[in-house]
Amino acid sequence: MTMIFGIPVQAFLGQLLVGLINGSFYAMLSLGLAVIFGLLRVINFAHGAQYMLGAFIGYLLLTRLGIGYWPALVLAPLTVGLFGIVVERLALSRLYDTDPLYGLLFTFGLALVIEGIFRYYYGVSGNPYAVPPLLSGGTNLGFMFLPNYRGWVVVASLIVCFGTWALIEKTRLGSYLRAATENPRLVQAFGVNVPLLLTLTYGLGSALAGLAGILAAPIYQVSPLMGSDLIIVVFAVVVVGGMGSILGAIVTGYMLGLAEGLTKVFYPEASNLVVFIIMAIVLLVRPAGLFGRDA
Amino acid sequence: MADLTLRETAARTPAWLEWTLIGLGILALLAAPFFVYPIFLMKMLCFALFACAFNLLLGYTGLLSFGHATFFGGAAYFTAHAVKVWGWPPEAGILLGTAGAALLGLVMGFFAIRRQGIYFAMITLALSQMFFFFCVQAPFTQGEDGIQGVPRGTLLGFLDLNVPLNIYYFVLAVFLIGVFAIWRIVNSPFGMILRSIRENENRAISLGYSVANYKLAAFVMSAALAGLAGAVKAIVFQFATLTDVTWQMSGEVILMTLLGGIGTMVGPIIGASLVVGLENTLATSGFPVTIATGLIFMVCVLVFRRGIVGEVYARVMKRARKG
Repeated sequence: MTMIFGIPVQAFLGQLLVGLINGSFYAMLSLGLAVIFGLLRVINFAHGAQYMLGAFIGYLLLTRLGIGYWPALVLAPLTVGLFGIVVERLALSRLYDTDPLYGLLFTFGLALVIEGIFRYYYGVSGNPYAVPPLLSGGTNLGFMFLPNYRGWVVVASLIVCFGTWALIEKTRLGSYLRAATENPRLVQAFGVNVPLLLTLTYGLGSALAGLAGILAAPIYQVSPLMGSDLIIVVFAVVVVGGMGSILGAIVTGYMLGLAEGLTKVFYPEASNLVVFIIMAIVLLVRPAGLFGRDA
Repeated sequence: MADLTLRETAARTPAWLEWTLIGLGILALLAAPFFVYPIFLMKMLCFALFACAFNLLLGYTGLLSFGHATFFGGAAYFTAHAVKVWGWPPEAGILLGTAGAALLGLVMGFFAIRRQGIYFAMITLALSQMFFFFCVQAPFTQGEDGIQGVPRGTLLGFLDLNVPLNIYYFVLAVFLIGVFAIWRIVNSPFGMILRSIRENENRAISLGYSVANYKLAAFVMSAALAGLAGAVKAIVFQFATLTDVTWQMSGEVILMTLLGGIGTMVGPIIGASLVVGLENTLATSGFPVTIATGLIFMVCVLVFRRGIVGEVYARVMKRARKG
C-alpha cells in the first residue's frame, strides 16, 4: 500500500476530501456573509439558521409533499431568500442608522427563534436525507473512491462561488452594488434605488445560505442544530479572510476546510480547534485578515 | 470608528434615583430569603453579577464580547475542581476560579483587541467556542457529565455553607462587593478613560492614551468579575457543566444587559432577574426558552434599545428638563 508521511494514501485522500467538502460549505457561507456585510454592514448571525432552514425545506418537501432533490435545489434557496427579504424589509432596514452591532444582535435573536421552533417540533436528533438516485454510488478514480454526490457538491459549490463572484465583479448590477458599498448616498443621488438593492442583497445572501443547506442535506443529517455549530467556525473563517474581498472569502473557506482535513489525518484531537488556532495566528501576524483592507 | 460604539443607548444616570433604588434594593435582598426560595435568589444574584461584569465592558468601554461564557463557565470548572478534587476550602476555590478567569481574559483580550466592533465580537465568539471544545475534550471537566457533587464546605473555617441562610448571605456579600468594585472602577479616572474610548476611540488615542492597554485592562477586569460570579455559582449549585461555557450562555448575558439597560449600573441586575425569572417560569410551562429569549432579543433591538432602566432614566430626564 502506498504511504504518504506514514499514512495510507487512501485515508489521507479521504480526509482531504472531507476537508474539501467542509471547505465548500465554509466558502459558500462566508461568501454570503461577506456579500451581506459588504453592503448592509450587518453580520448575519442568522446565516447558520438560514442554512438549516434550507436543509429542512428540502427535507419537508421530500417527506411531506414527495418533491425530490432537484426541484428542492431551486425551491429551498428561493424560499429562504424570500424569507430574508421579508426580514430585511420588516426589521433590518430599521437598523441601518444605528450601530452595526445591533444588526448582529437582532440576527442572533432571529437565529435563536428559528432554531427554537425547529427544535420544538423536530427535536435535536438528525433526520437522514437520501442522496438523489442520479448521484448515488461512486466512481473509482484509480487512486481513491469518490462518492458521486460529494464530487457534485464540490463542483456545485465552485459554480455557486464563482457565479456570485462574477455577478458582483462583472455585471452592471454588481457594479451598482460595489458603488453602493463605497458611497450609498451618491449612488442614490444618481437614481439607483439603494434601499431595493439592500433588500435584494440580503435576499441573495440568505438564498446562498439556503442553497448551501440543501446541498448539505444528503451529506450531514438534517437537524435543527446543524447551522449554529457551523456558523461560529464560519465567523472564524471570515476573521481570517477579512470581509473586504469576495474572492478572499471563497479562497479562505476552501483553505481552512483543507487545513481541517489535514489536521484530522495527523492530529485528530485538534481538528475542532485548528480553524480557531489559525485565526489566532492570523490576528497576531496580520490583524486585518489575509485579504482584508480595513484595519 | 466612532460609529462602532453603543453611545446612543448609554443614558445619563440621575444620581438621586440610582441611590434610592440601590438602598431599596439592598433592603429587599436582605429580607428576600424569608419570602422567596433562596436557591432561586442565589441564581439571580450570580447572573446579576455576571451581567454587571459584562456591562463593564459593553456599557462603559463599548466592547461587545460574545465570549463571556468562557470566564463564567471556566471559573466554575476551576473552582469545582479545586474544591472537589484538591479539597480546597470554598474561599480559596473561588479565588482560584476568579484568577483563572482573569488569565483566560488576558489571553482572549490579547487577541480580540486587535480588531474593533463587529470583528471583536466574532473573535471573542470564536475563541470562546475554542474553549468550549477544549472543555469537551479535557479530562478534568469530565465531559458531558461535568463536575458533580462539589462540596460547599465551610467558609474561612467557621461558617458552614450547607446552612441555606449562611450561603445566601455569603452570595449576597460577594454580589455587593462585586457590584461595588464595578461602580468604583466606572467612576474612577480609569473609568473615565474607558468611557472616552467608548465615545471616541480615535480622540482618546490622539490624547495620548494607550487605548489598547486600557481595553485589555477593562477586558481582564470584566473577565475576572464574570469569573467570580461563575465560581460562586459552582459552590451554590455544587456542579460545573458544559452549559455554562456554551455560546448560548454568552448570548444570555448580552440579553440580560440589553434588556435591563446597557451602560447603567442597575440595568443588568434587573435584566438578569427578569431573564432568570422568565426561564424559571418557562421551565415548567413547556414553552421553549430559546424562542422566548430570541423574541426578547428582537423586540429589544427593534424598539427598546435603551433597555428598561435606560427608558426610565430617559423619561425622568425628559420630565426634569420640562419642569
